[in-house]
Amino acid sequence: MKREAIKDLLYKIADDQLILGHRNSEWTGLGPILEEDIAFSSMAQDKIGHSLAFYTLLHDLGEPEPDIIAFSRSASRFRNSQFTELPNGEFDFSLIRHFLYDNAEAIRFEKLSTSSYAPIAKVATKLKGEIKYHVLHANTWLRNLGSSTEEAITRLQNSLNTLMPYALGMFEPSVHEQELIATGIYPGEEKIKAEWLTKIQQVVAQTELTLPDISSLPPMLGGRAGQHTKYLQPLLNEMAEVIKIDPTAEW
Amino acid sequence: MTLEKEAILRLLEEVKDPEIPVLSLVDLGVITAVDIAVDGHVTVNMTPTFAGCPAMDYMKKDVEQMLARHGISHFTVRMSFDDPWNSNKLTEKGRTALKDFGLAPPPTYDLILDLDILEYATCPNCQSTNTTMRSPFGPTLCRALHFCNNCHQMFEQFKPL
Ligand SMILES: [Zn+2]
Repeated sequence: MKREAIKDLLYKIADDQLILGHRNSEWTGLGPILEEDIAFSSMAQDKIGHSLAFYTLLHDLGEPEPDIIAFSRSASRFRNSQFTELPNGEFDFSLIRHFLYDNAEAIRFEKLSTSSYAPIAKVATKLKGEIKYHVLHANTWLRNLGSSTEEAITRLQNSLNTLMPYALGMFEPSVHEQELIATGIYPGEEKIKAEWLTKIQQVVAQTELTLPDISSLPPMLGGRAGQHTKYLQPLLNEMAEVIKIDPTAEW
Repeated sequence: MTLEKEAILRLLEEVKDPEIPVLSLVDLGVITAVDIAVDGHVTVNMTPTFAGCPAMDYMKKDVEQMLARHGISHFTVRMSFDDPWNSNKLTEKGRTALKDFGLAPPPTYDLILDLDILEYATCPNCQSTNTTMRSPFGPTLCRALHFCNNCHQMFEQFKPL
């Protein structure tokens, strides 16, 4: 029973990282300036590395090899939030998603670093340092652009309004929620969400942007149960292109 | 053939970071333990600098090849997060090697890696600390881009972590 709860937790974390990592990599060669091209490519590498660390923990619990887990499931077996699979849109859209996601990820890693399940705690202890650079990057850009030109502010605000319901979908509780909390493995999504709101509010308050009132926003749920938008399957097809042609290929 | 632990470490001193060829894996701090069992089996434990660093696979293979080349036939090289890497694990010798290579070494810190530390760097060209972080992401995962306000040059820093 506890084993199922841990697997479910690992899957949702790793799938979010893999899918967002892939989206980040789509900025390679397209970034608005060279430094941002490099930044999104680096964050893609980090995120895919993080997902590998969590897929390895799943493999240790009897699941298939990380490459198999990553490349041979269909969309309905992915546990990522719909938030991470949405297409990149324009730079403002990607930046807002990056800001909303990585501030949550940093809190998740911080909490997991004291998890009662030692293998998760070890990985999170390592990754909580790496994620600080993602948060630093996101918050710096948000502060700069969020108080710059009227066009930048309008674009960011529109993206924030569009993405907020999807971001709330990250905190979709799992059926194992109470068990994970009771056993000290994970503090639960409500707790992470509350801290996340405080964090992002602090940054947004330093800009001309306004955080949408979440009390009247229905979150976009379903991702954690395998319900996805039409955008996920094409992404998975593209990701698995090489392995489908040659399952032994190394790249 | 059996070797002492010190001899193994000397061999590993010869294995360099493929991206920074002046820096040995020992000085980088990614070799976390070397054990020699009574039957002579050598176990080398390694840990990645950054989890997504593509150079780690090469480093692991380089270690295996170095051991094999020196007649060690029974060995295991393990990569794990058991003793996770942080930039304080870089040795003094490693920091000097980074500087000579033109990379600012990461500042050492106590316990908590806060924002001030992430953004702090000493210019490797003129030693000024009047520098500004331009981007937390550089040409490789372990490097950040900074600008020196004193000598007006961009430089790269090996990131504190
Ligand atoms: Zn200088």
